[in-house]
Amino acid sequence: MDSLKHWMLGPQGSAYANDVDVLYMFLVWLSVFFFALIVFLTVYFAWKYRRRKEGVLTPNISHNLALELLWSIIPLIIVMGIFFWGFNDYVRASVPPNDAIEIHVTGKKWLWAFEYPDGTRTIGNLHVPVNRPVKLILTSEDVLHDFYIPSMRQKTDVIPGRFVDLTFTPTVAGRHQVFCAEYCGKSHSDMMANLFVDSPEVYEKWLIEGDPELQTMPPVEVGKMVYENKGCNSCHSIDGSKNTGPSFKGLYGRVEKFTDGTSITVDDNYIVESINNPQAKIVTGYEPVMPTFQGLLRIPEMRGIIAYIKELK
Amino acid sequence: MADIITTPHISGHADHHDVDYLHDGKGLKSWLTTVDHKRIGVMYLWSILFMFFLGGVFAMMIRLELLTPKETIMSAETYNKVFTLHGAIMVFLFIIPSVPAALANFVMPLMLGAKDVAFPKLNLFSWYIYMAGAFIAVAAMVTGGVDTGWTFYTPYSTTTDGSVALMTFAAFVLGFSSILTGVNFIATIHKLRAPGMGWFDMPLFCWGIYATALIQVLATPVLAITLLLLLMERSFGIGIFDPKLGGDPVLFQHFFWFYSHPAVYIMILPGMAIVSEIIPTFSQKTIFGYRAIAFSSVAIALVSFIVWGHHMFTSGQSQLASAIFSFITFFVAVPSAIKTFNWIVTMYKGSVAFNAPMLYALSFLLLFGIGGLTGIFLGAVSVDIHLHDTYFVVAHFHYVMMGSTVIAFLGGLHYWWPKMFGRMYSEPAARVACALVFIGFNATFLPQFVLGSRGMPRRYYNYLPEFQALHQASTVGSWILGLGFLIMAGYLFASLRKKMDAPANPWHSRTLEWQTSSPPITHNFHEIPAVGGGPYDYYRPVGNGRNA
Ligand code: HEM
Ligand SMILES: [Cu+2]
Repeated sequence: MDSLKHWMLGPQGSAYANDVDVLYMFLVWLSVFFFALIVFLTVYFAWKYRRRKEGVLTPNISHNLALELLWSIIPLIIVMGIFFWGFNDYVRASVPPNDAIEIHVTGKKWLWAFEYPDGTRTIGNLHVPVNRPVKLILTSEDVLHDFYIPSMRQKTDVIPGRFVDLTFTPTVAGRHQVFCAEYCGKSHSDMMANLFVDSPEVYEKWLIEGDPELQTMPPVEVGKMVYENKGCNSCHSIDGSKNTGPSFKGLYGRVEKFTDGTSITVDDNYIVESINNPQAKIVTGYEPVMPTFQGLLRIPEMRGIIAYIKELK
Repeated sequence: MADIITTPHISGHADHHDVDYLHDGKGLKSWLTTVDHKRIGVMYLWSILFMFFLGGVFAMMIRLELLTPKETIMSAETYNKVFTLHGAIMVFLFIIPSVPAALANFVMPLMLGAKDVAFPKLNLFSWYIYMAGAFIAVAAMVTGGVDTGWTFYTPYSTTTDGSVALMTFAAFVLGFSSILTGVNFIATIHKLRAPGMGWFDMPLFCWGIYATALIQVLATPVLAITLLLLLMERSFGIGIFDPKLGGDPVLFQHFFWFYSHPAVYIMILPGMAIVSEIIPTFSQKTIFGYRAIAFSSVAIALVSFIVWGHHMFTSGQSQLASAIFSFITFFVAVPSAIKTFNWIVTMYKGSVAFNAPMLYALSFLLLFGIGGLTGIFLGAVSVDIHLHDTYFVVAHFHYVMMGSTVIAFLGGLHYWWPKMFGRMYSEPAARVACALVFIGFNATFLPQFVLGSRGMPRRYYNYLPEFQALHQASTVGSWILGLGFLIMAGYLFASLRKKMDAPANPWHSRTLEWQTSSPPITHNFHEIPAVGGGPYDYYRPVGNGRNA
């Protein structure tokens, strides 16, 4: 029985997935019963009353109120039960608990991008800890998409100009498949993502170290990604022009003068300090407005941004 | 029909009246200018069969492409166009006009004992509109194609390249043909029943077509408006559905399904109507629960207008809306169950013959059973969230549209073929073809329920390797199905080359279309039939000494 369920529905990733499967399997057996009834009655009547002689007259059986009420009321009762069952599960699954991790998801032709509470961004890989409710907040940058996690039995359309939620509580660690389920053009069928459900330790480690590919990407590229994704670019230019903060162009090795009269030649340590504790030294001519990024950059990312700034001669 | 009370000959031109409609006038012009409902029905029949062939070729291409993941025979862009054209052709150019415009056009006036439909010229006009729509659709295919899916969801459809404007215009035009046919049939049923034929003396086929016509007239204008708004946005940048222009993309889905859910009943009710004729005839038995079947057709037609939101459970619509739509959806299941049991019980104590039309009707009972039962899965919100936009939905609607409507259409085609063309086809060949279609159909679509339940999304060009076995089973099934159709085309065409050999009433039916010659004379009946008694009076001898 369980193996039939597994064959028909694939792996389960949450307790809710099992709830859906229980209703699904109930409907399978209900359908098997009614289908068998239809087949039996059809074949039985057709064969038992097959034509043996041409031109016979047959009895005039035009209706039978009791029978007709029976086969109207029984189906009605059954389907009303199914309605409540399905709707109850649905409501329960779509109310996110208060302690859910909120992750923003953006769909665009043809990739999924994720943004975590700490500002971390990833593309194509979504990491969540096991046994903690997750609330995805989704939107689209172009046409309709649909974020579908079969193992969680959950999906939602992703709509440009709107934010929608999707809630699930993964209980099974490992990789889960994500599909785009709303047709979106040429590479619709390749618009997939991986959902990694990590043990709490692995998740913590991932939050600190980031994706394994961070380790293998050239540092300058990692730095460029950090510059764009973490929002450095909103205050620091890379072409030398003055913005809310000093430009990164030619910064490495430059001598910076501070409001307290001191000065320094920009090196690795100065950059790290400026990121983690920006108010420590304020370059003359600028306001002390930069927020701290303490804990938001992982070691490879920090290494990357330094390499990136070094590159911008 | 028992007890036909003859009225005296009304016309003196006996010679002219004795010519059958196929030989009353020769040459293309006599067909293109005809206002005879039978000839118009036949012209519709060849048109929709051609479209069915075209849609079928696209279907075989889809299945062949899915034999392997990634590219098998075509690119992703081509695949997207092919499945769009398959769906759009099958829905708008084949299924919607199939039973009403082709078969009912031919047989309904005969069943009612009428000389023609209420507005014969309008009838011809709607065929021309249909042809215009078909040509525009073909133009859209050859000038860039369309890759939106038959649902034309915004904002994809307002931003993609290709001939979307032309294709939506084609659907817009075809809608008018559908509306005019509906108006014509409603008027015909109200006004042209033979003397003595009350509403409940009509064959159930006419009730089914009546309910269908109601939906055609009431729902199709909504599609027309929707497509017009889409055209305005696409061509003139007026923001209605695209959020970039200040519109609402979900609004389009509401509009679209407000038409298209009722439209699925435009597709199934005529199929049910055919089955309601075939089963009593081949069981030689009174239909069980005449009124229940008649009223449930009308009930389905009305309820179908308030369930459209069950296509949108994942669209971000409110939970309350989902609850209401799910609740009402289940009420559609009940009349469907009632009808199914009525048809089955009609055979009880009957005299059942297994000619090809009856084999199709029996196949219908089983396949509609599966289609309806899987609809219940989709009506349950929590299960639908998982199954929506997967192959499960694809399988569900093929069981109801192909497994039920098309199978019933084929049953009707075989049933009325001798009446329409005056020839019998090869019965053994027809049984073989029916068996192949039944087996091939199930082999194609049963695996898709499992594919969808396991998470395979629809409209996918490429797929994960774990889905390949089931996809291949489905593709092999489509070859069996295709073979069945080839055989069918073979013996049907072969029958047309024979001498006319069909008796007036080969199946010993009691309804009126069988009480005139095969093929019928131009004016249908020598004398206007007057009716006393019901259409399924198989319990008493045929009145008037007619052959039963
Ligand atoms: C017992 C009766 C039925 C029920 C309860 C039912 C229920 C449903 C539901 C809830 C959906 C939406 C599934 C989704 O998109 O997630 C659906 C889809 C569909 N149904 Fe049915 N249905 C029934 C019978 C029929 C019939 C008789 C037809 C047509 C002849 C039909 C044609 C379709 C089509 C064409 C779609 C999907 C269209 C698309 O998305 O492209 N259904 N059905
Ligand atoms: Cu529907």
